[in-house]
Amino acid sequence: MSALRVNTGEGREPSPASEPLLRVAGLEAVYGASIAALHHIDLTVRPGEIVALLGSNGAGKTTTLKAISNLLPAQRGKVSRGEIHFDGHDVLKKSPSALARLGLVQVLEGRHCFRTLSVEENLITGGLGRSSSRREIAEDLEKVYAIFPRLKEKRKSRAGLASGGEQQMTAIGRALMTRPRLLVLDEPSMGLAPLTVQAIFKALAELNESAGLAILVAEQNAAVALRFAHRVAVIENGTSVVNESAAEFRRRSDVQSFYLGGGATIASGEAGEVLLQQQQISNKSAHSTF
Amino acid sequence: MDNAFDWTFFSEVLVGGLLAGVMYSLVAIGFVLIYKTSGVFNFAQGSMVLFAALTFVSLTERGLSFGAALAVTAAAMAVLGIVVENAVLRPLVNRPPVTLFMATLGLSYIIEGGAQLLWGAQVHALELGIQDTPLEVSGMLISKFDLIAAGISAGMVAVLSLFFRYTRTGLAFRAVADDTFAALAVGLRLPRIRTAVWIAAGLVSLVAGLLWGSRLGVQFSLSLVVLKALPVLVLGGFDSVPGVIVGGLLIGAFEKLAEVYLGPYVGGGIEGWFAYAIALLFLLIRPAGLFGGRTLERV
Ligand SMILES: Nc1ncnc2c1ncn2[C@@H]1O[C@H](COP(=O)(O)OP(=O)(O)OP(=O)(O)O)[C@@H](O)[C@H]1O
Ligand SMILES: [Mg+2]
Repeated sequence: MSALRVNTGEGREPSPASEPLLRVAGLEAVYGASIAALHHIDLTVRPGEIVALLGSNGAGKTTTLKAISNLLPAQRGKVSRGEIHFDGHDVLKKSPSALARLGLVQVLEGRHCFRTLSVEENLITGGLGRSSSRREIAEDLEKVYAIFPRLKEKRKSRAGLASGGEQQMTAIGRALMTRPRLLVLDEPSMGLAPLTVQAIFKALAELNESAGLAILVAEQNAAVALRFAHRVAVIENGTSVVNESAAEFRRRSDVQSFYLGGGATIASGEAGEVLLQQQQISNKSAHSTF
Repeated sequence: MDNAFDWTFFSEVLVGGLLAGVMYSLVAIGFVLIYKTSGVFNFAQGSMVLFAALTFVSLTERGLSFGAALAVTAAAMAVLGIVVENAVLRPLVNRPPVTLFMATLGLSYIIEGGAQLLWGAQVHALELGIQDTPLEVSGMLISKFDLIAAGISAGMVAVLSLFFRYTRTGLAFRAVADDTFAALAVGLRLPRIRTAVWIAAGLVSLVAGLLWGSRLGVQFSLSLVVLKALPVLVLGGFDSVPGVIVGGLLIGAFEKLAEVYLGPYVGGGIEGWFAYAIALLFLLIRPAGLFGGRTLERV
């Protein structure tokens, strides 16, 4: 059962090596005229792959993801160096809506539902950018409701009044309505109960397996993200410092610092005894929440 | 009988005020549409009203029929909307609101100047063929023109509401108005939506221009209807269509009542500033307006 595989995280290996769907190389980004947010980010996502982007508060996860969807200009930021390619296209030369039509879409940090629109209207907006036909929208709605049955019950209510979990599902469903090939998610677990987080990640893992949807997900909740990802990238102070398979990453004890919300020693590779002990403790607690 | 309060007269004044208020709302709605999608206070709205009225009246004076002049003016307003959005606002996207405001300020003078260049500067009378005869409704005398103008304005508002409720562009508009950044991230084509809204605002200006123009005459001071809409926006909230409808009605009613009942004591001229006094009071009490800026929050 796929759900089981999500929970154990074992046996989830990346798909065979192929041309990357997304390639970020030497990315440097600034806000305003000079506030440097990213110094050097390298990152790839291959077709059908789930990549977890980890890092502590302010490390630059959100900035990296916004750069990938070319959303930085709308936040008075810009990419000052480096390149981003999605499926051979230069992301920095495409508008966010053009990228969405190419199959790259993002679920923003903090969900950003259209609060005064109903849940179903929120979903439909995802189909407008690609000019989906009426029939396509109806089909896609049914698919989203099959993935998140709760949304069907809430379809007529205002998104602003939905619970945090329902809003996150709405935001994901809305992104799925664009028929993406790469779904980018920024901290989908933020502020949600463990059971809700599990349900959401399970749905995403199923989409990945059944439809080959590639996923790039930034998370502070490393425990959840690691269980589900094929590969891990870690950002520290605007620089990517780790880029390896999730299995290998889990084996290394310096994963530890994430469980504690730290992140200062990730790259150093100094796996001390203390860290090992701490990992065992937090592994236990991480499992007990599920 | 000198001391008895004349309720019929009061009602007449009140209804007259409300009907005028509907026309204030109409101008204010043009602002709200653009504010909600582009986040800019479009100072050029008044010039658009003037431009529409002047174009229409000049075309009819050159022998075009009412319908033909209306169609050509509507097309001109649509083109104006497309040009403004694409040539002026799109290059300035992501700039601070002050920059956008300055751009629309400049735009308002350019549109006025353009109108003058095109059609000359003389005053025109605009005849819509509606007789301004008083109509008796349950004892009250009501201006037939006001009644029809209010009816047209209400119809325009109804059409807009249906458009925003039931069309794709309308849904996209509401999404952008709700959360522009999310709309961008989910792939909505903002430039298209904003262009559509500028066209809609242009058509609203056209209707407002015809109604106000036939009441005040088509002249350059017509662009000052902006100043009438401002208190309405403060009262109703810059981002709320229902708000500015109610705001327009309130301002219209209070203004007329104040003019009739307070005017004699303060020596007249009260309608020039009374609306602003109300707006100022409102700013102090409820800065977001009646319905504006109220976010839907789950507690
Ligand atoms: N709009 C902005 N303007 C200026 N600086 C910003 C802006 N957004 C983020 N930054 C800065 O850029 C750096 C990276 O922030 P970013 O939001 O990308 O981090 P993050 O890894 O997503 O953090 P978190 O886990 O808290 O979401 C931080 O130093 C932050 O202060
Ligand atoms: Mg973040």
